[in-house]
Amino acid sequence: MIPEIGNLALSFALAIALVQFFVPLVGAATNRWRWILVAGPATIGQFIFVAIAFVSLSWSFYANDFSVQFVASHSYRTLPLAYRLAATWGGHEGALLLWIFMLNVWSLAVTLMSQNLPAITRARVLAILGGLSVGFLSFIIFTSNPFTRVLPNFPLDGADLNPLLQDFGMVIHPPMLYMGYVGFAVAFAFAITALIEGQIDSLWAKWVRPWTLGAWIFLTSGVALGSWWAYYELGWGGWWFWDPVENASFMPWLIGTALLHSLAATEKRGVFKAWTILLSIAAFSFSLLGTFLVRSGVLTSVHAFANDPVRGAFILSFLGIVIGSSLVLFAFRASSVSVSGWFDWFSKELLLLINNLLLTVSAIMILMGTLFPIFAEVFDWGKISVGAPYFNLIFTVLMTPLVFLVGLGPIVNWRQYSKQQLGKQSLLAAIFALILGGITALLQSQQLLTDKLQIFLGVFLVVWLIFLVSQDLLQKSKSHNSFKFKKMPNSFYGMHLAHIGLAFAVLGVVLSSHLSVEENLRVSPNHQVNVAGYDFKFEGVQEFRGSNYDGIRGLFIVSHHGDFVANLQPEKRRYHASGQWMTEAAIDPALSRDLYVALGEQLPEGQDWAVRIYVKPFVRCIWFGALLMALGGLFAVSDRRYRKKLKSQWLGSKDDSTSMEPI
Amino acid sequence: MVQSKRLVLYLLPLTLFVGLTLLLYSELGQDPTLLESQLIGQKIPEFSKPLLMKPDVIITDKDIHGPALLNVWASWCPSCYHEHPFLMKLSAIQGVQIYGINYKDQRADALKYIQDQGNPYQGIIVDENGRLGIDLGVYGAPETFVIDKDNKIVYRHVGVVTEGVWESILKPKLLPAEVTK
Repeated sequence: MIPEIGNLALSFALAIALVQFFVPLVGAATNRWRWILVAGPATIGQFIFVAIAFVSLSWSFYANDFSVQFVASHSYRTLPLAYRLAATWGGHEGALLLWIFMLNVWSLAVTLMSQNLPAITRARVLAILGGLSVGFLSFIIFTSNPFTRVLPNFPLDGADLNPLLQDFGMVIHPPMLYMGYVGFAVAFAFAITALIEGQIDSLWAKWVRPWTLGAWIFLTSGVALGSWWAYYELGWGGWWFWDPVENASFMPWLIGTALLHSLAATEKRGVFKAWTILLSIAAFSFSLLGTFLVRSGVLTSVHAFANDPVRGAFILSFLGIVIGSSLVLFAFRASSVSVSGWFDWFSKELLLLINNLLLTVSAIMILMGTLFPIFAEVFDWGKISVGAPYFNLIFTVLMTPLVFLVGLGPIVNWRQYSKQQLGKQSLLAAIFALILGGITALLQSQQLLTDKLQIFLGVFLVVWLIFLVSQDLLQKSKSHNSFKFKKMPNSFYGMHLAHIGLAFAVLGVVLSSHLSVEENLRVSPNHQVNVAGYDFKFEGVQEFRGSNYDGIRGLFIVSHHGDFVANLQPEKRRYHASGQWMTEAAIDPALSRDLYVALGEQLPEGQDWAVRIYVKPFVRCIWFGALLMALGGLFAVSDRRYRKKLKSQWLGSKDDSTSMEPI
Repeated sequence: MVQSKRLVLYLLPLTLFVGLTLLLYSELGQDPTLLESQLIGQKIPEFSKPLLMKPDVIITDKDIHGPALLNVWASWCPSCYHEHPFLMKLSAIQGVQIYGINYKDQRADALKYIQDQGNPYQGIIVDENGRLGIDLGVYGAPETFVIDKDNKIVYRHVGVVTEGVWESILKPKLLPAEVTK
């Protein structure tokens, strides 16, 4: 009964979405006020029905209703409740429903929080969000219905959720990521509205900024969670593999980051208007591409498109219609947008432009690398594979100047800035960074010269960035005539916090990639091995039983120069339903280093085990940095000026754009 | 004049997108099962390659005894991780032999993979340079070939082998006798 309600709710939602899409748009074009006013209530109505569908599916998992195909293939009777509920998005159909639900959450938020917008603009934005919903609801109803039953002979128990996904990180990672992906739909809807209305100005940018920030915060957290999960769950200590699925989430992040910065320039200076619009379209387009690459298996194999041609064709047509029509609109409307504002060749505008180019080019290079197998096949270039070396090289080359410029961006003024002034401002930072970078690199006596150079470069950039950020924080919040600090706007602190986060992430990436010690060892009970100065004493293994798996747990006592450090208990689990063995690594985390132990196999003769022991310096900084970035975003979005009445802001915005104002 | 120049510039994103879509569409139109169909009905190509678990032992095409599945995998292939549990299940079924072809992989990574995920294979052929893969017409991993008792290729499956693929396509081709029962 419950699944049927969910199914029905989806159909109702589709009907309402159609109304939400067409009626307000036609109303706005023909000046029918009653039609325009439909947008708000329709959005709320659609939200309610999608919520009913989502709850119905979760309920089917909660109640172990294995007559529902999707539940039967993604759950198991003894699966713990939290994972059973998370299994709602553990497969293609459910993930798609989560996507639609998130889209409705964002649409609802726009409805409730955009009362200040002109009614027609608001109606158009909601209508475009409704149009996106029409596409997704049709997709789920016609090709991927999660409520399909297997009757009359339904299985008594399910096939279980993939054990890799039975993990806390996986419970919260997809919702975070999807909130981020889908959040860019709001910026997209605003961009299309602006193109329809032919009006792109500072006020527009001010409306879009908090929504873009919101999406970006979620996406940042989502990408970081995914990387963290891969690190501890896959059991080999890697945190980024440049696999198509990861790239799919990283490309929208890069474009979204570029969009945040170009929005700043558009809002403050009225420049880069068309470019900002294009980025708004691109951020969402990459999200669309990303979602489907992940969930339809488009790229997990080169040919996966053909695995389910109906779904593939639907996805591609939908992408074609949404992105294609947006770009047509862009070509004809944005080209007539007036260019206003000027800036000197050396100014904040120029730095933001370079920032945007570097971020966009990175995203495009990653897209090329990801789709390369398809290019190679179509153009018959033979079997060339593009792997981690390509991505690492491209990314290092493009990110090095970016991080360097991030240090300068906040210092340099809008319009123009003197180079002498900049030299004075950054001299101390450069000296410090050179010294610290040099010392760190020289301390690594066992490293190759190229490694030393990279360590030097990494540390140089980190010190440079942190120094300049701190200096800017101090200088700008110091009052001219007293020792008291004055309070700066939240977005100012947010920006600096996010930049410090970037510095930490770079530090983690550089140091952990060059200084990690990884050993595959054979251990005997009650013997100890030494890895990178740490003694790992193996106490043996014991068997235990989990709710839906049997396991073996090893115990390692770790000490450093005789001082106790940690007890580590890595596990191997055999899941009942699938018979699949999973490795659960044990990690002792600290900001300066992670100790990581994973059980391999029991060796044939005796009680010995093959184990992998890693000591990874500063690897945690990567996720700590990402956390700071997300926190910085939260600070920025909490800035008062987004909550002030937008109208009065608009009138008073001239005195807003002093050089003290954060970007 | 200036106006039209700008329009050309602003049409650029659209042009790129249309190109990309056409490219993806051409991929979509292809039925991978039809590709390389000239291999169907032929014997598996000659090769002599080391075994993964015993690198000093050489395995040749004469050592392969069908009917069997030839599964192309690699540790760098995410879909292989997805496919592996089902291969483990399959290998437990009476009469199902699976040979692995470890395609363009690093030995240490491949061993780690087998250590972690289990070994469903009768033997794992190391195809480090991808030569055997080229002879077989392999594009990527995973791919699975069905060979009959004379070592002739009966079928080529591109992508992940799932319960559904096995029951509806591979099983009837690998074990034709059982289907008629």
